[in-house]
Amino acid sequence: MYQFNVYRIGPEIKLGSVDISFTNASLFMVISSLAILIIFNLGAKKKTLIPDKLQLLSELSYTFVAKMISDTAGSNAKPYFSFIFSLFMFVLFCNMFGMIPYAFTVTSHIIVTFVLAAFIFIGVTIIGFMKHGLGYLKLFVPSGVPMVLLPLIVVIEIISYLSRPISLSVRLFANMMAGHTMMKVFGGFVISLGIVGGWLPLSFSVALTGLEILVAFLQAYVFAILTCIYLNDALNLHH
Amino acid sequence: MFKKIIILVFFTCFACFNTVFAAESGGMPQLNPEFWISQIFWLIITFGVLFIVLTKVILPKISDNLETRKSQILENIETADKQKEESQKKIDEYEKIILDSKIKAKNYFNEAREKILEDINKKRNALEKDLDEEISSVENELSEFRNKSGEKINKIAAETSAELIKELIGEEVNSSSIAAIVEDQAKLNKERKDVV
Repeated sequence: MYQFNVYRIGPEIKLGSVDISFTNASLFMVISSLAILIIFNLGAKKKTLIPDKLQLLSELSYTFVAKMISDTAGSNAKPYFSFIFSLFMFVLFCNMFGMIPYAFTVTSHIIVTFVLAAFIFIGVTIIGFMKHGLGYLKLFVPSGVPMVLLPLIVVIEIISYLSRPISLSVRLFANMMAGHTMMKVFGGFVISLGIVGGWLPLSFSVALTGLEILVAFLQAYVFAILTCIYLNDALNLHH
Repeated sequence: MFKKIIILVFFTCFACFNTVFAAESGGMPQLNPEFWISQIFWLIITFGVLFIVLTKVILPKISDNLETRKSQILENIETADKQKEESQKKIDEYEKIILDSKIKAKNYFNEAREKILEDINKKRNALEKDLDEEISSVENELSEFRNKSGEKINKIAAETSAELIKELIGEEVNSSSIAAIVEDQAKLNKERKDVV
């Protein structure tokens, strides 16, 4: 579990009595953000009719996210495009940088994913109330439900709504942590079984690396698309 | 033997697990709140900067680029359509010209043929007329000749028969009676011929 340890890099920074030192987690957040900015800036700089590789990459990502949003949340969600784009890219790059050996996976920490999820939850709730006023509460009362079941359904809906940030954050965090832990365990097997029996866990480890890269992308995608779905609930209230 | 190997592998695995996790003490570092505030702080800063720069600088550029490309492609398609239309027009014109000239050529041909036919007909008519005239004149002559020939033959026959009688009996016979007999004989001959 050493790979999940957070340690201070450089001097201790204190804001009042709170410790906000620069850590390895902060380092990888900065690296991910910088990587995104550099890649997309390079991709957006040239404006040629026939794009080169980086331009194609950035444009493909743009259209990919745009299509994802318009498919799940409709055209109303266009103003939130840039937020979801940066969210998707941030989570994706953090996941992917975590796949580099000796790197730190930012998204394998519950606190990071929970802050993101809580921000989304609060933001979506505010958008919903701003858009529909108290009518947003109709979200908890699905239409076409018998009156007898209604109290139960409403309670369930409220619980499921309130557990959204938790499920969203725990999904990402648990996936990343489990994957990295599994790779660590198999790596440990390779060492302890040595040259004789270490080949089997080594091959597992190689296969798991591919799987983890897939999971890294998939979880970023799931995170973004769930955000879109929550946004859809808030924007187009039709239960 | 096989069982032994399985048991051995199982035990080594167990031992490995023990050694792997023995080094890890203190539980999950994720639940250690020591650096939570720091992580939240840096997350907000980095994500905020990322969001702002993407929103203000990079994404508009990309969307602009996409838009211009889309419009340019549409423009190109439009001009291509226009050119296609023009070329279609030209082709139509060309075909029309060819059709016209074909019709003209046919007309010329027909005219020439008609002219020639007319000419031929005229000439043929004239020729036929000439021929007819000639034939009719010849026929007239012939019929005249034929009509005359009967009398002449009778005359000759009467004269010869008169001379013959004179030679035979040495006496002049009345020429008018001989002519009457010859005439009767000629009539009889004619009748016989008709019957035959």
